[in-house]
Amino acid sequence: MLLLLVLIPLAAFLAILCGAPARKTAVAAGWANLALGVWAAFSFNAKIWGISLPVLAKPALHLSLAMTDGMSAIMVLLSVIVTLAALLSGKAPEGKETLYYGSSLLISAGAIGAFAATDLFFFYAFHELALIPTFLMIGILGRGDRKEAAWKITIYLGLGSIILLAGLVWLASITGTFDIPKMVDFVKDHPIDAASQKGIAALLLVGFGVLVSLFPFHSWAAPAYASAPAPTSMLHAGVLKKFGLYGLLRIAIPLVPEGMQAWLTPLLVLLLGNILWVGLVTINQKRLDLMLGNSSVMHMGYIFLAIAALAASHTATGFTNTLGQPAAVLLMFGHGISIAMLFGLADKIERSTGTLELTDLGGLAKSAPGLAFMFGMVGMASIGLPGLANFAGEVLVFLSSFQNYDPSKGLGPVQIACILAIWGVVISAIYMLRAYRNIFQGPQVKATTDSADLTLADRIPALILAIALLAVGLYPNLLLNLLSLK
Amino acid sequence: MAWVLLFLPLIAAAANQLYLKRNAYIASLVSVASVAVTLVIALMLLGKEATDSVDWATIGEFKLQIGYKLDQLSTGMMVVVTGVGLLVHVFSLAYMKDDAAKARFFTGLSLFMFSMTGIVLASNFIMTFIFWELVGLSSYLLIGHWYQKDSAADAAKKAFITNRIGDFGFMIGILMLWGITGSLSFDGMKSWSAGGGLEHVSTGVLGACLLCVFCGAVGKSAQMPLHVWLPDAMEGPTPVSALIHAATMVAAGVYMLFRVQSSIGAEAFDNFAGDTIAWIGAITSLCAALMATQQDDIKRILAYSTLSQLGYMVMAVGLRHGDAGMFHLFTHAWFKALLFLGSGAVIYACHHEQDIWKMGGLLKKMPITGFTFLVGFLALIAVPGTAGFFSKEMILHAAHEYGDEHHNMAFFWIAAGVAVLTSFYMTRLFVVAFLGKHRSDDASHAHEVGPLMFVPLVVLAVLAVVGGFKLAHGLAPATPHGAGEFEVNPIFWVSVGALALGAIPGFLLYNGKEKDPVSIPFFRDRFKIDDLYDNVIVRYFQNGFAAIVHFFDEFLINGLIVGGASRLAEGCGGLFRRVQSGNLQGYAFVFGLGVILVIYFTAF
Repeated sequence: MLLLLVLIPLAAFLAILCGAPARKTAVAAGWANLALGVWAAFSFNAKIWGISLPVLAKPALHLSLAMTDGMSAIMVLLSVIVTLAALLSGKAPEGKETLYYGSSLLISAGAIGAFAATDLFFFYAFHELALIPTFLMIGILGRGDRKEAAWKITIYLGLGSIILLAGLVWLASITGTFDIPKMVDFVKDHPIDAASQKGIAALLLVGFGVLVSLFPFHSWAAPAYASAPAPTSMLHAGVLKKFGLYGLLRIAIPLVPEGMQAWLTPLLVLLLGNILWVGLVTINQKRLDLMLGNSSVMHMGYIFLAIAALAASHTATGFTNTLGQPAAVLLMFGHGISIAMLFGLADKIERSTGTLELTDLGGLAKSAPGLAFMFGMVGMASIGLPGLANFAGEVLVFLSSFQNYDPSKGLGPVQIACILAIWGVVISAIYMLRAYRNIFQGPQVKATTDSADLTLADRIPALILAIALLAVGLYPNLLLNLLSLK
Repeated sequence: MAWVLLFLPLIAAAANQLYLKRNAYIASLVSVASVAVTLVIALMLLGKEATDSVDWATIGEFKLQIGYKLDQLSTGMMVVVTGVGLLVHVFSLAYMKDDAAKARFFTGLSLFMFSMTGIVLASNFIMTFIFWELVGLSSYLLIGHWYQKDSAADAAKKAFITNRIGDFGFMIGILMLWGITGSLSFDGMKSWSAGGGLEHVSTGVLGACLLCVFCGAVGKSAQMPLHVWLPDAMEGPTPVSALIHAATMVAAGVYMLFRVQSSIGAEAFDNFAGDTIAWIGAITSLCAALMATQQDDIKRILAYSTLSQLGYMVMAVGLRHGDAGMFHLFTHAWFKALLFLGSGAVIYACHHEQDIWKMGGLLKKMPITGFTFLVGFLALIAVPGTAGFFSKEMILHAAHEYGDEHHNMAFFWIAAGVAVLTSFYMTRLFVVAFLGKHRSDDASHAHEVGPLMFVPLVVLAVLAVVGGFKLAHGLAPATPHGAGEFEVNPIFWVSVGALALGAIPGFLLYNGKEKDPVSIPFFRDRFKIDDLYDNVIVRYFQNGFAAIVHFFDEFLINGLIVGGASRLAEGCGGLFRRVQSGNLQGYAFVFGLGVILVIYFTAF
């Protein structure tokens, strides 16, 4: 059944290639997938939703898709929500509809496949499937310096993927299988030796890290998102980028826990690079799209922090940290929805005023109150205002960092990193409120005097995302309950 | 009932936002009705004890909850919040009558009432933090109500960011307190403390943790060095200043500290943490009073006065006498709200003139406003018999007692000095604005405001007098021992002396003057602290630092390391360059290579 979630966008893609009306087909597929995805996530049951088709006998490859646990369910949910919003909010350039909607559908199919795959080969392959249309969209339909941005993201993510592949192959050669659950069972009885763990963890951290723009491998992200068409930024920053974090939680943490622990200090330093260094870079941005791109890099640091807290707590009997994984998943969801909404609305601002330069804007709330409200809300979500999904994730990340705190022993490295990371809440308030102040408040300027507000059609994708932010923000157990199911 | 109390304002805010944006009149009535109902509920719950909660985020055994804790402290505070809230809402009906965005204004007020109620009722620290951030949001929205004015938009941003700086420490404090006590709920902390937990934790850790928690109060209650946002927050409509930036939200810091103090015990503050808190309160109260003596904007004078009075309350908490601080919070809420609403009535009558030197003679033109303002003024300078007198006595007593025990009378004399300054600058304000002759056309055309505005003033004036007497103590969140009793002792004479020492020179100096005979630019410029922040810290430190980091990011990481790596990759085979249309084929090649590698490794 899960195969349907992948097949629907693929089928829509083929239909568009064969000449079906691009936008209508894509949007219909998006709605169908949303309905199916929500149903799948909230009624998930490995028996109903799993599938395993043999593809190759030697080595044994199975196209296996299943929701092994709530984490997959939540990531699939994130994918279908953002996909629909991305398909609804984009506006294809004249004559490029096929490429525009087709690529978006492919990215979506790849992401869903990767999050649902239980076979290592397909886990990797689906992600690659999604990357290629991402590069195409930036290279062909991007804005500004699109060639350079496309080159940069291609080289970066290409190298990242190769490093990752090396780590995965190493893992597969030790465990002798591509089946992820079987790999997890295998290491329970035959833990991987420390040296190999350390090597594999390094490859996975760098490989996945590049894909998630871990400092200092982050400089592809902001230019790529600024250049990409809105649906591509929404899908990549919102969904596809989470693949790396998901991979660390799904593969690295259970299979090479000691290796992850061995790299704890470097990981903490790098994630602080994301939060503090890139945070300051974000403050200095003069254009909204670059600012949003950098802010998305910055917020990855918090999810890494939860992963670090989890890795730090590994003992012979297992992980003593119970909050890290749910915190990371919740924040991935919140961040994915909010960054997608921000990129979607930034696109609206540009179409309505013709610019994204912060100094050229002002007083837009007067002419476009609906846009101002939506942007204000999601801006607040992204800086962690309670009542919206990101806060629930962030506060759990902080709590997870202090879960293993022992006052009599003083602050450990994870707690110190957490304290420094909390300064990020000040940094993000500074850049987000400054952007809001410059774009929407103050007297009106030339660019904003006759700007159009959101139309009804524009409001629908924003509303879908806003409802997701509010629902999870007001009641995080909506998602946390899924994680507790076995 | 308590759940209704909590959620009714949210429902009102949501209804206003979703359905009543175009029907501002009904929206305003919805907000007023919701706060009236919550006042009735608050009065019914007064003094009750109960707790209840629902799970909000559950992970295995770990639970974050939304719950309420009713006791004298929270129910008494609820009466203050909803009581001042109702009067301010009614006042706003008239004050904001012609505002183009009236519906948005009342939505903001209802959102604030919801958030404030959440802080007061919170049964655990995460819930406090949640609503702490939400009052920050509503304050941001209401300060920036007239967002097209640059000054209002800047003030809103400044308030939010400054509060975030305080919340940075607050969050760390909450996390540490969780680590130390093993609990996030106030009841859990209480039983930890009752079980002798304090003996097992080192003073250093506990003190550091309490100071981090205190950071939250420094932001929210605008203590130095994070006080700069509050005077600027006067850019918001005056009813907002009265409700949020004088009576309730800014007092939330004191409330939270007292909640901690009464949960883990006052003896937990018996170390450097308590002393630091007391010093910050004392310094804030003194500096703000000095700044107030040289301000000309009627709202700014009151804002600095609020800072100064909040400093009193914080000092009392630091001196292990949070009950005295809470009692002052209680009386201050009524008379400061009265003074702000009175200034609102004056501003309204003088066509939005806020400079006291352009007013004058208003007592005759606006007798009801003038006399109620006089009552508020007398309560603030602590004339014996007014509410402000009783609560300030308690703070002086606390400072004196601490002085006796620790052989350190500094706090007592600072508090007395602040009392002198308070009666001086308030006399200046009253004499200049309300007595003498009018000094502008706007002031000469001023006339009394309508009943929607003066009835709240009269009610508040009554409370500003009787709020300190014993019969009102059932309403107060916490009443220190001996409060509300007249006792003629040395401390009484110190406070009467301070009153006379400030008021008499103030009257002689300012009566009948056309312009300010005293000029102390350093006080007028707020000790240059705002300049220091804007021009040094924000411009050079934050923005300059950000620019340097950005430079290194662009040229070092992006330019050298990454640029080098990509040139290396290009040079290595020229593969990417040779494939003409670039990315897809180049990438497909790498990908294909990968697949072959996988199969090679696993198959052989």
